[in-house]
Amino acid sequence: MKTAIIDLTYLLSAVLFIFGLKRMQSPVTARSGNVLASLGMLVAVVATLFLKEILSWPMIIAGVVIGGGIGLVLARKVEMTAMPELVAVFNGFGGLASALVSGAELSQHIAGTASSTFGLVSAITISLSILIGTVTFSGSIVANGKLSGWITGSPISFPGLRVLTVLLLIGAGGAMGVMIAMADAFPELAAPTIQAAAGLGASALLLGILLVIPIGGADMPVVVSLLNSYSGLAAATTGFVLNNTALIVSGTLVGAAGMILTVIMCDAMNRSLANVILGGFGGDDGAVGGPDVPEGKTVNETSPDDTAILASYAEKVVIVPGYGLAVAQAQHEVREMADQLEAQGVEVKYAIHPVAGRMPGHMNVLLAEANVSYEKLYEMDEINPEFPTTDLAIVVGANDVVNPAAREDEGSPIYGMPILNVDEAETVVVIKRSLSPGYSGVPNNLFYADNTKMLFSDAKEAVAGITESIKEMQEA
Amino acid sequence: MLNNLIIFVLAAFVGTEILTKVPQTLHTPLMSGANAISGITIVGALVAAGMTTDPWSGWIGFAALIVATINVVGGFLVTDRMLEMFGEKKSSGAGQAAQRTNGTPG
Repeated sequence: MKTAIIDLTYLLSAVLFIFGLKRMQSPVTARSGNVLASLGMLVAVVATLFLKEILSWPMIIAGVVIGGGIGLVLARKVEMTAMPELVAVFNGFGGLASALVSGAELSQHIAGTASSTFGLVSAITISLSILIGTVTFSGSIVANGKLSGWITGSPISFPGLRVLTVLLLIGAGGAMGVMIAMADAFPELAAPTIQAAAGLGASALLLGILLVIPIGGADMPVVVSLLNSYSGLAAATTGFVLNNTALIVSGTLVGAAGMILTVIMCDAMNRSLANVILGGFGGDDGAVGGPDVPEGKTVNETSPDDTAILASYAEKVVIVPGYGLAVAQAQHEVREMADQLEAQGVEVKYAIHPVAGRMPGHMNVLLAEANVSYEKLYEMDEINPEFPTTDLAIVVGANDVVNPAAREDEGSPIYGMPILNVDEAETVVVIKRSLSPGYSGVPNNLFYADNTKMLFSDAKEAVAGITESIKEMQEA
Repeated sequence: MLNNLIIFVLAAFVGTEILTKVPQTLHTPLMSGANAISGITIVGALVAAGMTTDPWSGWIGFAALIVATINVVGGFLVTDRMLEMFGEKKSSGAGQAAQRTNGTPG
């Protein structure tokens, strides 16, 4: 009877998760969806506390207070621009929790207090959960390091890295094999199982590090999204370990979400997942050269004042925000500029490329933070037909996502990548510190086009300058 | 085991069906919200931390409980913080907004 009640409660929380995620389909209902999902979590927790025979209350209260406190502080304090780092950390914790729970389950088998025997199924699921969870954990910590800068964003590689990775994979596989071979052997053969589990955990920890360090910082959004998928899979495998439907359903949902976002990001960059993972593509955006003009090409430079004049006389302005805006945290300045223009009757729209920013949809969050109404944000397919009727496109710190080479140059590595066709606008102003190529390393012909003017500056300063001169013109 | 596998496959289809329809605008909150849901492992952590018969299991479970709670509490709160910003409609596009949301999606 009790098991039936608890299973039904878990089913209820799985249903709440599904409805919660479904409400994520519109910005209007998304917040209530998140509330619904957290309610689902509460239902699962309360059911577990009251229906399972849980005896060690002080430990549980201490764990929830410590974990909840840390989570609360992290969630409150984080800057919106640092969201990818935080999501990476949370992914890591999710993976670690799954691995630990499977470890605890193994410990119960060894102590002989588990409800079932350590059979083939337990051996497979426990070892898989330890492997996936630990790889997610160490991989996420490295991803966080690359995003927040305490590990270099450049791809790190050394001779033998691939060999070492393969060796670790073999080691992890061997340890799993030992654990599986030890199935049904308790309590006589507990020691080899513990050693195998410890070996598996250690190789998985190293494996996670080695899998992420060779990937360049600019590819981290794809990695974070992939790790998000792994953290879901880790939870799902733990569900197999505990024979728990709620864990399987919700873990799988998360796994699907992460996988979908990974595929979307890879498509938007016209690269395969294998290409990202094996990449070593791209590096720090720190390498800034001066305006170094290639032979036979000319650059039209412009100033904030001139841009202000252009914008004020335009009927339609499209703002294209990119990674540079996120780095300079210029979202508030951009919104102010748009407000000034709108006050003068200029139509302002924002064009958002799927990989603009530092993770999928990150640019939308940054602009939402600056109070830009989401109805003004247009996705690539919606805005592209509008560029021919746009008087002025202002590109703020975006590069590869507006590079016409993706459309025109068949030999280019980014050929075929969907881009924003800003070059079709009557005039394009590109705010960028230098002519250096984006992280793809492909030079951008847009910068030398006749209708393009370059505004060499930090995004924040340039946009604030433009706003200032628009104000002055109005007052004059 | 077979039942669990069936649930897994069906959940994968349901997830794909629901989540492919999430607009690009909401991809970051989706990721952090989904991540908070992956903290469902907290259920397993609670059981393990509540074990009094096996101290090892209890301590490992305690560690799991802390990290899972960070994931759950932090994940839902930060998602809410982001979505709260999406809900604000202080700018002038509110009228146009209503039209676009009532009309065809996207």
